[in-house]
Amino acid sequence: MIRLRLERRLDPPGYLSWVVPVVSVVLALVASGLLLLAFGANPIETYAAMWDGAFGDIFGGEFYSVSETLVRATPLILTGLAVAVAFKMKFWNIGAEGQLVMGGIAASGVALFLPEAAPGIPQNLVVYGLLMGGAAILAGALWALIPALLKAYLNVSEIIVTLMLNYIAILWYSQLFTTSWKDPAGFGFPGSALFPEYTWLPRFFNTRVNLAIFIGLLAAVFVWVLLSKTRAGYEIRLLGDNPEAARFAGVSMFRNIILVMLVSGGLAGLAGMGEVAGISHKLQQGLSANNGFTAIIVAWVAKLQPWAIVLVSILLAAVFVGGDQIQMTMGLPASVAQVVQGIMLFFVLGGDIFSRYRIRVVRQHVEAPA
Amino acid sequence: MRTGRLSALLLALLLAVAACGGDTATTTVAGTDDTQAPTDTGATDEITKVAFVYVAPIGDLGWTYSHEQGRLAVEALDGVETTFIENVEEGPDAERVIREFAQAGNDIIITTSFGYMDPTLAVAGEFPDVQFVHISGFKNAPNMSNVFGRMYQPRYLTGMIAGAQTESNIIGYVAAFPIPEVIRGINAFTLGVQAVNPDAEVRVVWTNTWFGPPEEKEAAEALLDAGADVIAQHQDTTEPQKAAADRGGYSVGYNTDSRSFVGDSLLSAPIWDWAAKYVPLVEEVRAGTYDGDESFWGGLETGLVDLASYGPSVTQETIDLVEAKKAEMIAGDFDPFCGPIVDQAGVEQVAEGTCMDDGAMLGMFFFVQGVVGEIPEG
Repeated sequence: MIRLRLERRLDPPGYLSWVVPVVSVVLALVASGLLLLAFGANPIETYAAMWDGAFGDIFGGEFYSVSETLVRATPLILTGLAVAVAFKMKFWNIGAEGQLVMGGIAASGVALFLPEAAPGIPQNLVVYGLLMGGAAILAGALWALIPALLKAYLNVSEIIVTLMLNYIAILWYSQLFTTSWKDPAGFGFPGSALFPEYTWLPRFFNTRVNLAIFIGLLAAVFVWVLLSKTRAGYEIRLLGDNPEAARFAGVSMFRNIILVMLVSGGLAGLAGMGEVAGISHKLQQGLSANNGFTAIIVAWVAKLQPWAIVLVSILLAAVFVGGDQIQMTMGLPASVAQVVQGIMLFFVLGGDIFSRYRIRVVRQHVEAPA
Repeated sequence: MRTGRLSALLLALLLAVAACGGDTATTTVAGTDDTQAPTDTGATDEITKVAFVYVAPIGDLGWTYSHEQGRLAVEALDGVETTFIENVEEGPDAERVIREFAQAGNDIIITTSFGYMDPTLAVAGEFPDVQFVHISGFKNAPNMSNVFGRMYQPRYLTGMIAGAQTESNIIGYVAAFPIPEVIRGINAFTLGVQAVNPDAEVRVVWTNTWFGPPEEKEAAEALLDAGADVIAQHQDTTEPQKAAADRGGYSVGYNTDSRSFVGDSLLSAPIWDWAAKYVPLVEEVRAGTYDGDESFWGGLETGLVDLASYGPSVTQETIDLVEAKKAEMIAGDFDPFCGPIVDQAGVEQVAEGTCMDDGAMLGMFFFVQGVVGEIPEG
């Protein structure tokens, strides 16, 4: 009789950190390939189309496709960093979606109403960029402060509060663009007016890649420094790894919850600013494209490492952008694209267990009585 | 040893996939051979490629399903190929999808949701040789037309049917979003109700959804609890119709004829027939006669909007009345939004002898008398 047993690896060998993800991806491609075959599509052709959609002829000097992948990755980088900061302390911020939306609302409010309310403020990108960014950070941080205070003072579960605050933020933003912030010249259709052009984040190389991706990269540096190089980062990590030891060492849970959620909410808020000021240039349907939830996957796949979050965001964005080709080129239904994306995530997340545990085959010999 | 076995397994799997992949590759190539044959013989412009962008899955049996029926009619034309993508969110992704369809060499790109308007406009500017058609918006470009239907006309007719059917004189209306299109539909429906039954009122509940089965079912149930015996709707699911059927009430559907899913409690429905617009549009583009800058808002006379089948409980008297009114609208002798029209507060909005123009109708933001409910205003 043979049994399989999982045993924790006491000293995981270094090569596992790249062997496991690579094998996971290969297995995911094989598993999705079987699904594609069942739908009568050639898997190799499908993957080629997905690669083409996500990266195009990048080695031939054609950058349009990869630029769209970077556009898709930008909000994932910022929200991925946002949740990673909180997760590092084992504070489960499921509310990046709502914090992103609040940031988008705040940035839109500045762009739509400040020029008229305060005409004295210089109307240029630097001033308005800083004002919109500041407003977005503040709005996201304040929205995140609510669950932080409830946890710190009353020990209310942050999972429930951050999750529910998402829906409040999303409903409020829908209410704004369908009623009071609706474009007066829009025939009553939903959506705000276009922002003045000087508030649009500059785009590069004639693509939709804009300043927001550099904000995301700066944020990755910031989070890396915060977590690895500062006393606050040390305390956050200690609280996450061993709250008892942290308490004995005199680390304040209270202060760090507040700090972590201000940073987390602020980063997610910036993602919202990037979406409205960099892409849509107005407040409309589709601001909350589940980035705040996808961010949780990004953070876990990246094992909460800031640089890995940047990389994983780009790869996941490539899967999303390339996934469209499953429909557009291969003519398969949208659900197939979603299942293929799901299979890839399942294998990559599931594969992680093999870098922490080893499988042992236990053979039990039933000995015949002599 | 263990890794050796694992890599052998992987290799075997890969080979298997590659082998199967090879098989399908040959069949796919064979398939495309037929369609590309004319291109190779030099008649490059023979094939017109039409792409559709859908906001929901085709399986919604509503809005997107109705466009899919239009696409199938276009696909059946000689010399036309179609592709589509479903479930594209009205956000940053839409512009990329539309641009990719343009880069893929499509000649006509039809974007079928309001939120695609600005993305369509942006891409239209980059591809002057591609004809873009946006559904349900208001912006144009030399190569971007906007197309929609006067759904309020058949809605008025379904209002007449509902008004004749109700016994409690309370009709429920499950409303989607507080935007002019929805408000216009509620008003036209109510005017139709009152034309045959001045004592009946139309009670409105908002769901803030286009496709939200649980919310729409609950809203219908709340209206049935309040005494409504006929339920009308603006969303893409059949849930309000099913809720009415479960309680022994009647319903007025939307988008497509859903009788096979709902049964005979369905009185009728204002429905779309996109083939009535898409087929001539594609043919005109192929002939080079299409006005790329068109603003098209077609009524019953175009066939783009129509009535579904009548339920068995609708009396012949009502059918005659409705058909007569429909004929008047087709002939241009009647319009639901001609005065006198009075709003909920009793203020005259349209004077006797005048009619609302299209601009006023597109921005309609008040309820007519007879509607019970409020337009949420921030």
